[in-house]
Amino acid sequence: MSDKILMKGNEAIAEAAIIAGCRHYFGYPITPQTEIAAYMAKKMPKIGGTFLQAESEIAAINMVYGVASAGKRVMTSSSSPGVSLKGEGLSYLAGSDLPSLIVNVQRGGPGLGGIQPSQSDYFQSTRGGGHGDYHMIVLAPASVQEMAELTVKGFELADTYRMTSMILADGTMGQMMEPVSLDIDVKPAPEKPWATTGTQMAREHNIVNSLSLVPEELEELNFKRYDRYKVIEENETMFEEYKVEDADIVLAAFGIAARVSKNAVDEARKMGIKAGLIRPITLWPFPKAPFKAAAEHAKAFISVELNMGQMIEDVILATESKCPVTLCNRAGGMIPDPKQVLNSIIEINGGAK
Amino acid sequence: MNYKRLTILCGHYGSGKTNIAVNMAYDLRAQRDNIAVADLDIVNPYFRTKDSQKDFEDRGIRLICSDFASSNVDLPSMPADLYSITDDRSLSVILDIGGDDRGAYALGRLRDAILEENDYDMYMVVNRYRPLTPDAESTLEVMGEIEAACGIPFTGIINNSNIARETTAADVLSTVDYAKEVGRLSGLPVVCTTVEERLFDELKDKISPLFSLQLQAKLI
Repeated sequence: MSDKILMKGNEAIAEAAIIAGCRHYFGYPITPQTEIAAYMAKKMPKIGGTFLQAESEIAAINMVYGVASAGKRVMTSSSSPGVSLKGEGLSYLAGSDLPSLIVNVQRGGPGLGGIQPSQSDYFQSTRGGGHGDYHMIVLAPASVQEMAELTVKGFELADTYRMTSMILADGTMGQMMEPVSLDIDVKPAPEKPWATTGTQMAREHNIVNSLSLVPEELEELNFKRYDRYKVIEENETMFEEYKVEDADIVLAAFGIAARVSKNAVDEARKMGIKAGLIRPITLWPFPKAPFKAAAEHAKAFISVELNMGQMIEDVILATESKCPVTLCNRAGGMIPDPKQVLNSIIEINGGAK
Repeated sequence: MNYKRLTILCGHYGSGKTNIAVNMAYDLRAQRDNIAVADLDIVNPYFRTKDSQKDFEDRGIRLICSDFASSNVDLPSMPADLYSITDDRSLSVILDIGGDDRGAYALGRLRDAILEENDYDMYMVVNRYRPLTPDAESTLEVMGEIEAACGIPFTGIINNSNIARETTAADVLSTVDYAKEVGRLSGLPVVCTTVEERLFDELKDKISPLFSLQLQAKLI
């Protein structure tokens, strides 16, 4: 019998969080990520964990703040409009250097938008989402297996660097079903001497707070935080390259768009066009190095996105304007099909031969 | 397969009900003229029988489905022509019900008419490889919740155990005992095992009855 099981992407996130030792989930339902909450509601009571449906997204993110302060692995999940509501909480988590995992299964926007898949929260996720100078580690899975693995990785990175990890998926990744192996290694959580666990009258009080009364100290905190971000940029960047080494046309795509793009690369190669794909797995930190290297031999880049062109700005920055970068996109809940991407490749390569 | 006037497919969400409903409709269409598929799913936002609408039209299969299925209107809504399922007794219908007990509540609305006519089968679609139904006991729990929600007793089990495109014949064979155990504990027959058509020849002498499934087109 196969050791794999058949899971929806949303279920894989929930189960992987449990595997990673998360015993506290707070959320508020929203399509297309509701299965995460439904799964937690069934599972958490059976394993001594806490599932709590909060009265709103804002309440849920502040419950996350509370548990994170106590040093326990904790998560919430939502979809685009709900993540906007959590924006203040995300900023407070960053300002208090608290580790947590936030899942955004994106849907079409702006506003209430729709319930179909989208990648239009790229700016919101990679540039912060809330106010102030901060980053989140942003992980972009492209399969149900990666939904599980990156969830575990997200908890580990959050603990290591005392910051928020975000799983940035989309409605398709959340709803689609694929075989998954849950045989995932989990590193033990590090000591958290800063956590508010009670002094037992044996140590000084730990204080978790994002308010600073002295501007010089607040500046110093910001500088230190950005030193830490630099370490993350150097050590934690993840990406996948597909047929890039000799490529003339290099596609940039993450998540579901990368799956579509891979098919288009194969079709282009059959026609004799040297196409390749760079798939960022961490959207922050953005994998600049492979883009810079590919710009040495590529003729052009195409950013394939389910939005009006957001990651394309990072591609332009990373390729240092050495090659033209164009956009191939759908928006509002629509997904580009491999044919549309192939047509873009043919056009950039100089038209049909 | 032999069909009563109404064939109702229930089960844990993601167990494969919609795919089986579509394939049963093809099978039933080969036997009868006046048939319909009814999509009563109030749970699932994506991957609905509505995706097969064009195909149904070509084959002369009526689709009874909410106007809002697969749209951006995130409403648990019923089809406007819902009652034709029970009122028009010249029509044979495959009913695709939403997952779990939450999906089965929608079916409860038709309970009195279905039980009074008593020309139905209601099948529990099971997949041993789904995380919340890994054994007979947990599957029985879900069955009980569904029956309590819709008020209609099951009449059989369909074993649809699979791990999508990676499924091997051995993966299916190793679930036969599981399906039998679900049958034994519930006192119901395992009416068939469903497999993707590529596995049909390899398994047709080993599992009986076996029902071949064409999968919906893979987009990505």
